[in-house]
Amino acid sequence: MSVIEASGLTKTYGELNAVDGISFEVAPGESFGLLGPNGAGKSTTMRMIGGTSLRTSGSLTVLGLDPELNGPEVRAHLGVIPQQDNLDTELKVRENLILYGRYFGLSHAFLKRKADELLEFAQLTEKADEKVDNLSGGMKRRLTIARGLVNEPKILLLDEPTTGLDPQARHILWDRLFRLKEEGVTLIVTTHFMDEAEQLCDRLIVMDHGKIVAEGSPASLIKEYATREVLEMRFGSERNASVVSQLEGIGARIEVLPDRVLLYTPDGEGALERVAHVGLRPVTSLVRRSSLEDVFLRLTGRSLID
Amino acid sequence: MTSQSAFLDSNRLVYSGAAPSPSEQARRARRWGWLIYAECRLRRMKAYFGTILVVALLYPVLYLAAMGIGLGSLVNSGVGGIDGVPYLVFVGAGLLVSTIVTESTNEFTFSIMAGFKWEKTFYATQASPISPAQMVIGEVVGVFVRLFAQAIPFWVALLVFGAAPSGWSWLIVPIAAVAGISFGAPLMAYSATVEDEGYQFAFVQRFIVMPMFLFAGTFYPLAQMPPYLQWVGWISPMWHGTQLGRIVSYGMENPLWLTVVHVLALVIPIVVGVALSVRVFTARLMK
Ligand SMILES: Nc1ncnc2c1ncn2[C@@H]1O[C@H](COP(=O)(O)OP(=O)(O)OP(=O)(O)O)[C@@H](O)[C@H]1O
Ligand SMILES: [Mg+2]
Repeated sequence: MSVIEASGLTKTYGELNAVDGISFEVAPGESFGLLGPNGAGKSTTMRMIGGTSLRTSGSLTVLGLDPELNGPEVRAHLGVIPQQDNLDTELKVRENLILYGRYFGLSHAFLKRKADELLEFAQLTEKADEKVDNLSGGMKRRLTIARGLVNEPKILLLDEPTTGLDPQARHILWDRLFRLKEEGVTLIVTTHFMDEAEQLCDRLIVMDHGKIVAEGSPASLIKEYATREVLEMRFGSERNASVVSQLEGIGARIEVLPDRVLLYTPDGEGALERVAHVGLRPVTSLVRRSSLEDVFLRLTGRSLID
Repeated sequence: MTSQSAFLDSNRLVYSGAAPSPSEQARRARRWGWLIYAECRLRRMKAYFGTILVVALLYPVLYLAAMGIGLGSLVNSGVGGIDGVPYLVFVGAGLLVSTIVTESTNEFTFSIMAGFKWEKTFYATQASPISPAQMVIGEVVGVFVRLFAQAIPFWVALLVFGAAPSGWSWLIVPIAAVAGISFGAPLMAYSATVEDEGYQFAFVQRFIVMPMFLFAGTFYPLAQMPPYLQWVGWISPMWHGTQLGRIVSYGMENPLWLTVVHVLALVIPIVVGVALSVRVFTARLMK
């Protein structure tokens, strides 16, 4: 049985189709990604899964339950890490965990222990009695994530979990989430970081304008929508567009971005030689492996991060 | 700094398996969510407990000394008290009730707006099994407890100043708290609709709470006001609460029908205010 099943899921705000008829399933223990640019409808989808935003149409079940009808039952299974930290600034760090746990009917005795463990997890033990306002952005984020674990949920909804974290903290968190996944926790992750999606997600959907534009594992998406390698070249912002005609035929596909030209090819170094051969001298050049970023560019014609 | 390995090793602890099952969590939240929320609401007041305490202890003394004794000696020598009792007794009940109603204003304006807009604590709570309706009821219950607790020292001050001669005067404590909620519940429904920075609340303070304090029978009987201004009292929970307070604090003569009107005038706004708040909270949170 799927943990989450969505079919024709739609949310409209006035004229806008924020989520436009998407269908997907998430298997138990899977880590499932929602990838897309600003306004794609990722957060809206997450909120509908938690039953905290009413869907306009379509069907949605979480563990076989409709989150709109069985909200408390569904949310007791969920750990929700919202995109924007909404910690309680009237409370100290530890109190944030304890009072939030109370909302799940958990006892003070359980929560006292739990809070210490979660503080350890979030590396905030020394800050336990600090005011939330005195935490750095990264610390707040870690506290929000710890708070989402307070009820020992089997499904985690992580809306851009590592936005605002430094690279080291981010890697630690990925590792952490990976271990939760190993314990059988189902992860639903939204992100606009390619590396995050590639690290964390078994499978993902790429969303744009509320619709699913592609679905699959990171590797299969890259294989399907991009070549093995990419040659990135900068010719200077005025010339990038004008050199395209000379590059025709060298790669499988060319993308012109405002600051650089991307040439998709199975063999980047070989392509670079042929570029030199037609007499072009890029200011800088770089050969790299294709990533989800390239998949996205291919699918939408736009760069993922604005 | 905790080392990275400690961070990773604590893994097992995070899922202890000791938490009650999700269905048990949901059952408890469905049954007791309103009470749990009220408990948390009260705990959050710790952040401004100092202010609450100062108001609770200092205001009674200041008000009773200034109005009751200072102004009172003037009134008593002029007209020999009001309603057959010394001015201090007359005004004491009114001061208690109006102070509590005023305090209620703060809890149901900025704090509500902050929950939607600044700190978004309502959105955080919404991701738990607690429902918007339970939040509304929890807000009311939590603030009621605060107002009740705050009215106690004021009542003690009345006793100390000899301003509450009746044996039933303790009833003024719940009456004041109910009057506070009676004003606060509809105000909460309004505050929950505020989308901008809440400039309206200064207006509420200056043009609703303040006039109510001055013109709704706290300092002199409503009947002293010109008839075209008496409606201010009739629509204000402060007046209805004050009148009930006077009945219990010194046995003010009041026709039964009017007493019933006072009670209804306090209870109906609570019911309507809670119902409206549930609608507004649900609509805004569920967007
Ligand atoms: N409460 C709301 N009222 C009106 N429009 C909304 C509301 N919430 C979201 N939207 C709109 O719905 C669309 C999808 O928003 P959503 O927050 O789901 O996007 P997202 O993919 O999470 O974007 P981001 O990466 O910026 O977080 C956006 O155009 C947004 O403006
Ligand atoms: Mg979002």
